[in-house]
Amino acid sequence: MEEKVISETKETVSMPRLGESAPAFEAVTTQGTVRLEDFKGSWLILFSHPADFTPVCTTEFMGFAEIHPELKKREAELLGLSVDSVSSHIAWVRNIEEKMGVKIPFPVIADLDKNVATLYGMIHPGESKTETSRCVFVIDPEGILRAMIYYPLTTGRNMQEILRLIDALQTTDKYKVATPANWEPGEAVIVPPPNTQEMAEERLKEGYECKDWYFCKKKL
Amino acid sequence: MACINPDGTLTVSAKAILSALSSPAALEKVAKSTDLPLFRIRSSIREMLEAGLVEKEEGKYAATKLGREKIEGGKDDQVKTDL
Repeated sequence: MEEKVISETKETVSMPRLGESAPAFEAVTTQGTVRLEDFKGSWLILFSHPADFTPVCTTEFMGFAEIHPELKKREAELLGLSVDSVSSHIAWVRNIEEKMGVKIPFPVIADLDKNVATLYGMIHPGESKTETSRCVFVIDPEGILRAMIYYPLTTGRNMQEILRLIDALQTTDKYKVATPANWEPGEAVIVPPPNTQEMAEERLKEGYECKDWYFCKKKL
Repeated sequence: MACINPDGTLTVSAKAILSALSSPAALEKVAKSTDLPLFRIRSSIREMLEAGLVEKEEGKYAATKLGREKIEGGKDDQVKTDL
Protein backbone atom coordinates (compact mmCIF):
# COMPACT_ATOMS: atom_id res chain seq x y z
CA MET A 1 0.00 0.00 0.00
CA GLU A 2 1.33 3.39 -0.97
CA GLU A 3 1.88 5.74 1.87
CA LYS A 4 0.81 9.32 1.43
CA VAL A 5 3.10 11.91 2.85
CA ILE A 6 1.24 14.96 3.83
CA SER A 7 3.45 17.95 4.34
CA GLU A 8 2.03 20.80 6.25
CA THR A 9 3.51 24.26 6.09
CA LYS A 10 2.79 26.43 9.05
CA GLU A 11 3.54 30.11 8.93
CA THR A 12 5.01 31.59 12.08
CA VAL A 13 3.39 34.90 12.81
CA SER A 14 5.34 37.33 14.95
CA MET A 15 3.43 39.44 17.40
CA PRO A 16 4.89 42.31 19.38
CA ARG A 17 4.53 42.11 23.14
CA LEU A 18 3.49 44.66 25.70
CA GLY A 19 6.24 46.16 27.82
CA GLU A 20 8.94 45.44 25.24
CA SER A 21 10.60 47.71 22.67
CA ALA A 22 8.35 48.22 19.67
CA PRO A 23 9.85 46.67 16.50
CA ALA A 24 12.02 49.19 14.64
CA PHE A 25 11.16 50.04 11.05
CA GLU A 26 11.78 52.44 8.21
CA ALA A 27 8.85 53.02 5.91
CA VAL A 28 7.68 55.16 3.01
CA THR A 29 4.73 57.36 4.00
CA THR A 30 2.61 60.12 2.54
CA GLN A 31 4.93 62.54 4.37
CA GLY A 32 8.25 61.01 3.37
CA THR A 33 10.35 58.17 4.72
CA VAL A 34 10.05 57.78 8.47
CA ARG A 35 11.66 55.55 11.05
CA LEU A 36 10.20 54.51 14.37
CA GLU A 37 13.08 56.33 16.07
CA ASP A 38 11.89 59.62 14.51
CA PHE A 39 9.01 59.53 17.02
CA LYS A 40 11.22 59.15 20.09
CA GLY A 41 10.15 61.60 22.77
CA SER A 42 6.50 61.55 21.64
CA TRP A 43 3.76 59.03 22.14
CA LEU A 44 2.96 57.25 18.89
CA ILE A 45 -0.31 55.68 17.82
CA LEU A 46 0.54 53.35 14.96
CA PHE A 47 -2.64 52.02 13.40
CA SER A 48 -3.51 49.91 10.41
CA HIS A 49 -6.59 49.83 8.20
CA PRO A 50 -7.56 47.18 5.63
CA ALA A 51 -7.55 49.25 2.43
CA ASP A 52 -7.83 52.71 0.92
CA PHE A 53 -11.12 53.81 -0.67
CA THR A 54 -13.28 51.64 1.57
CA PRO A 55 -16.17 53.03 3.61
CA VAL A 56 -15.38 51.91 7.17
CA CYS A 57 -11.74 52.98 6.79
CA THR A 58 -12.87 56.37 5.48
CA THR A 59 -15.01 56.93 8.59
CA GLU A 60 -12.06 55.89 10.74
CA PHE A 61 -9.65 58.25 8.98
CA MET A 62 -12.10 61.10 9.53
CA GLY A 63 -12.31 60.03 13.18
CA PHE A 64 -8.54 59.95 13.58
CA ALA A 65 -8.28 63.38 11.94
CA GLU A 66 -10.91 64.66 14.40
CA ILE A 67 -8.98 63.50 17.47
CA HIS A 68 -5.60 64.61 16.04
CA PRO A 69 -5.67 68.02 17.82
CA GLU A 70 -6.54 66.31 21.11
CA LEU A 71 -3.69 63.86 20.61
CA LYS A 72 -1.27 66.71 19.91
CA LYS A 73 -2.24 68.23 23.28
CA ARG A 74 -1.16 64.91 24.78
CA GLU A 75 2.10 64.92 22.78
CA ALA A 76 0.97 61.94 20.75
CA GLU A 77 1.44 61.46 17.00
CA LEU A 78 -0.61 59.33 14.61
CA LEU A 79 0.81 57.05 11.92
CA GLY A 80 -1.51 55.06 9.66
CA LEU A 81 -0.68 51.98 7.58
CA SER A 82 -2.15 49.70 4.96
CA VAL A 83 -0.89 47.41 2.22
CA ASP A 84 -1.43 50.05 -0.49
CA SER A 85 0.89 52.22 -2.55
CA VAL A 86 1.80 55.76 -1.58
CA SER A 87 0.01 56.99 -4.72
CA SER A 88 -3.16 55.22 -3.57
CA HIS A 89 -2.83 56.78 -0.11
CA ILE A 90 -2.31 60.24 -1.62
CA ALA A 91 -5.33 59.83 -3.90
CA TRP A 92 -7.49 58.61 -1.00
CA VAL A 93 -6.55 61.36 1.48
CA ARG A 94 -7.13 63.93 -1.27
CA ASN A 95 -10.51 62.31 -1.96
CA ILE A 96 -11.44 62.46 1.74
CA GLU A 97 -10.60 66.15 1.79
CA GLU A 98 -12.51 66.84 -1.43
CA LYS A 99 -15.60 64.74 -0.75
CA MET A 100 -15.85 64.79 3.04
CA GLY A 101 -14.17 68.12 3.79
CA VAL A 102 -11.67 66.51 6.20
CA LYS A 103 -7.94 67.09 5.87
CA ILE A 104 -5.80 64.13 6.94
CA PRO A 105 -2.91 65.63 8.91
CA PHE A 106 -0.94 62.48 9.77
CA PRO A 107 1.36 60.30 7.61
CA VAL A 108 0.23 56.95 6.23
CA ILE A 109 2.69 54.11 5.62
CA ALA A 110 2.58 52.48 2.17
CA ASP A 111 3.44 48.96 3.33
CA LEU A 112 3.36 47.20 -0.03
CA ASP A 113 6.00 44.67 1.01
CA LYS A 114 4.10 44.04 4.30
CA ASN A 115 7.31 44.62 6.23
CA VAL A 116 5.78 46.65 9.06
CA ALA A 117 2.52 44.68 8.98
CA THR A 118 4.48 41.46 9.52
CA LEU A 119 6.65 42.91 12.27
CA TYR A 120 3.56 43.99 14.20
CA GLY A 121 1.32 41.01 13.43
CA MET A 122 -1.24 43.15 11.64
CA ILE A 123 -2.29 40.53 9.11
CA HIS A 124 -4.64 37.88 10.44
CA PRO A 125 -5.03 35.31 7.66
CA GLY A 126 -8.29 34.00 9.16
CA GLU A 127 -9.75 37.40 8.23
CA SER A 128 -7.69 38.32 5.19
CA LYS A 129 -4.39 37.12 3.77
CA THR A 130 -3.70 40.42 2.04
CA GLU A 131 -5.26 43.17 4.15
CA THR A 132 -4.24 44.43 7.57
CA SER A 133 -6.82 44.21 10.33
CA ARG A 134 -7.80 47.27 12.35
CA CYS A 135 -4.90 47.35 14.78
CA VAL A 136 -3.74 50.08 17.14
CA PHE A 137 -0.33 50.10 18.82
CA VAL A 138 0.38 52.68 21.49
CA ILE A 139 4.13 53.28 21.78
CA ASP A 140 5.48 55.50 24.54
CA PRO A 141 8.17 58.21 24.24
CA GLU A 142 10.86 55.63 25.08
CA GLY A 143 9.74 53.33 22.26
CA ILE A 144 8.07 50.77 24.53
CA LEU A 145 4.87 49.14 23.32
CA ARG A 146 2.28 50.01 25.96
CA ALA A 147 -1.07 48.92 24.52
CA MET A 148 -2.58 47.08 21.57
CA ILE A 149 -6.13 47.00 20.21
CA TYR A 150 -7.24 44.62 17.45
CA TYR A 151 -10.58 45.04 15.70
CA PRO A 152 -11.92 42.95 12.81
CA LEU A 153 -12.36 44.22 9.26
CA THR A 154 -16.08 44.81 9.78
CA THR A 155 -15.92 47.02 12.84
CA GLY A 156 -14.75 50.62 13.02
CA ARG A 157 -12.79 51.64 16.10
CA ASN A 158 -13.88 54.00 18.85
CA MET A 159 -11.74 57.15 18.76
CA GLN A 160 -12.78 58.24 22.25
CA GLU A 161 -11.43 54.96 23.60
CA ILE A 162 -8.05 55.71 22.02
CA LEU A 163 -7.98 59.11 23.73
CA ARG A 164 -9.09 57.51 26.99
CA LEU A 165 -6.34 54.92 26.67
CA ILE A 166 -3.66 57.58 26.19
CA ASP A 167 -5.04 59.54 29.14
CA ALA A 168 -4.99 56.41 31.29
CA LEU A 169 -1.41 55.47 30.34
CA GLN A 170 -0.14 58.99 30.89
CA THR A 171 -1.93 59.16 34.26
CA THR A 172 -0.36 55.83 35.26
CA ASP A 173 3.11 57.09 34.32
CA LYS A 174 2.72 60.42 36.08
CA TYR A 175 1.10 59.28 39.33
CA LYS A 176 2.12 55.57 39.55
CA VAL A 177 -1.50 54.47 39.81
CA ALA A 178 -3.83 52.19 37.85
CA THR A 179 -7.19 53.09 36.36
CA PRO A 180 -10.45 51.21 36.90
CA ALA A 181 -12.97 50.02 34.32
CA ASN A 182 -14.55 52.81 32.32
CA TRP A 183 -12.27 55.36 33.97
CA GLU A 184 -12.36 58.87 32.61
CA PRO A 185 -9.95 61.73 33.41
CA GLY A 186 -10.94 63.46 36.65
CA GLU A 187 -12.31 60.30 38.25
CA ALA A 188 -10.72 58.43 41.15
CA VAL A 189 -7.81 56.11 40.35
CA ILE A 190 -6.71 52.82 41.87
CA VAL A 191 -3.90 52.84 44.40
CA PRO A 192 -1.63 49.85 43.66
CA PRO A 193 -2.38 47.04 46.13
CA PRO A 194 0.03 46.64 49.08
CA ASN A 195 2.80 44.09 48.69
CA THR A 196 3.25 43.08 52.32
CA GLN A 197 1.04 42.33 55.29
CA GLU A 198 2.42 45.36 57.09
CA MET A 199 1.59 47.62 54.15
CA ALA A 200 -1.89 46.08 53.97
CA GLU A 201 -2.55 46.95 57.59
CA GLU A 202 -1.30 50.50 57.09
CA ARG A 203 -3.22 50.97 53.87
CA LEU A 204 -6.58 51.33 55.58
CA LYS A 205 -5.18 54.16 57.73
CA GLU A 206 -3.77 56.14 54.84
CA GLY A 207 -6.91 58.14 54.10
CA TYR A 208 -7.81 56.53 50.78
CA GLU A 209 -11.34 55.63 49.76
CA CYS A 210 -11.09 51.86 50.50
CA LYS A 211 -13.55 48.98 50.12
CA ASP A 212 -10.95 46.69 51.59
CA TRP A 213 -7.16 46.63 51.99
CA TYR A 214 -6.59 45.60 48.36
CA PHE A 215 -9.17 47.90 46.80
CA CYS A 216 -8.44 51.56 47.44
CA LYS A 217 -9.05 54.57 45.28
CA LYS A 218 -7.94 58.16 45.47
CA LYS A 219 -8.65 61.43 43.71
CA LEU A 220 -5.69 63.03 42.00
CA MET B 1 12.36 62.42 -1.62
CA ALA B 2 9.97 64.32 0.57
CA CYS B 3 12.10 67.47 0.74
CA ILE B 4 13.23 67.82 -2.84
CA ASN B 5 10.88 67.94 -5.81
CA PRO B 6 11.74 65.92 -8.93
CA ASP B 7 12.88 69.13 -10.65
CA GLY B 8 15.40 69.75 -7.88
CA THR B 9 13.49 72.56 -6.15
CA LEU B 10 12.68 72.35 -2.46
CA THR B 11 9.25 71.64 -0.99
CA VAL B 12 7.62 74.33 1.14
CA SER B 13 8.38 72.46 4.38
CA ALA B 14 11.99 71.87 3.34
CA LYS B 15 12.43 75.60 2.67
CA ALA B 16 10.98 76.39 6.10
CA ILE B 17 13.33 73.91 7.78
CA LEU B 18 16.39 75.18 5.90
CA SER B 19 15.48 78.78 6.71
CA ALA B 20 15.32 77.84 10.40
CA LEU B 21 18.85 76.46 10.03
CA SER B 22 20.46 79.68 8.81
CA SER B 23 22.33 79.48 12.12
CA PRO B 24 23.09 76.20 13.96
CA ALA B 25 20.06 74.90 15.86
CA ALA B 26 18.83 71.82 17.69
CA LEU B 27 16.04 69.87 16.03
CA GLU B 28 13.59 70.64 18.83
CA LYS B 29 14.10 74.36 18.22
CA VAL B 30 13.52 73.88 14.47
CA ALA B 31 10.28 72.00 15.21
CA LYS B 32 9.07 74.91 17.34
CA SER B 33 10.01 77.64 14.90
CA THR B 34 8.53 75.85 11.87
CA ASP B 35 5.48 74.46 13.70
CA LEU B 36 6.22 71.06 12.20
CA PRO B 37 6.20 67.87 14.28
CA LEU B 38 9.60 66.65 15.48
CA PHE B 39 9.33 63.38 13.51
CA ARG B 40 8.99 65.40 10.28
CA ILE B 41 12.05 67.45 11.17
CA ARG B 42 14.12 64.33 11.89
CA SER B 43 12.99 62.64 8.69
CA SER B 44 13.60 65.75 6.57
CA ILE B 45 16.99 66.48 8.10
CA ARG B 46 18.08 62.93 7.24
CA GLU B 47 17.25 63.57 3.59
CA MET B 48 18.85 66.98 3.58
CA LEU B 49 22.04 65.63 5.13
CA GLU B 50 22.20 63.06 2.30
CA ALA B 51 21.59 65.80 -0.27
CA GLY B 52 24.34 67.97 1.20
CA LEU B 53 21.95 70.77 2.18
CA VAL B 54 22.52 70.46 5.91
CA GLU B 55 25.48 69.61 8.10
CA LYS B 56 25.75 68.51 11.71
CA GLU B 57 28.19 70.08 14.10
CA GLU B 58 28.42 69.53 17.85
CA GLY B 59 24.89 68.18 18.12
CA LYS B 60 23.35 71.04 16.15
CA TYR B 61 22.38 71.34 12.51
CA ALA B 62 22.94 74.17 10.04
CA ALA B 63 22.32 74.83 6.36
CA THR B 64 25.39 74.30 4.18
CA LYS B 65 26.48 76.78 1.51
CA LEU B 66 24.45 74.75 -0.98
CA GLY B 67 21.48 74.77 1.40
CA ARG B 68 21.65 78.54 1.79
CA GLU B 69 21.84 78.94 -1.99
CA LYS B 70 18.76 76.74 -2.33
CA ILE B 71 16.67 78.95 -0.07
CA GLU B 72 17.81 81.96 -2.00
CA GLY B 73 16.68 80.19 -5.16
CA GLY B 74 19.98 79.55 -6.97
CA LYS B 75 21.95 76.53 -8.21
CA ASP B 76 19.05 74.05 -8.07
CA ASP B 77 20.91 71.70 -10.36
CA GLN B 78 23.55 70.94 -7.72
CA VAL B 79 21.14 69.03 -5.51
CA LYS B 80 21.17 65.27 -5.84
CA THR B 81 17.66 64.19 -6.76
CA ASP B 82 16.29 60.70 -6.47
CA LEU B 83 14.09 60.13 -9.48
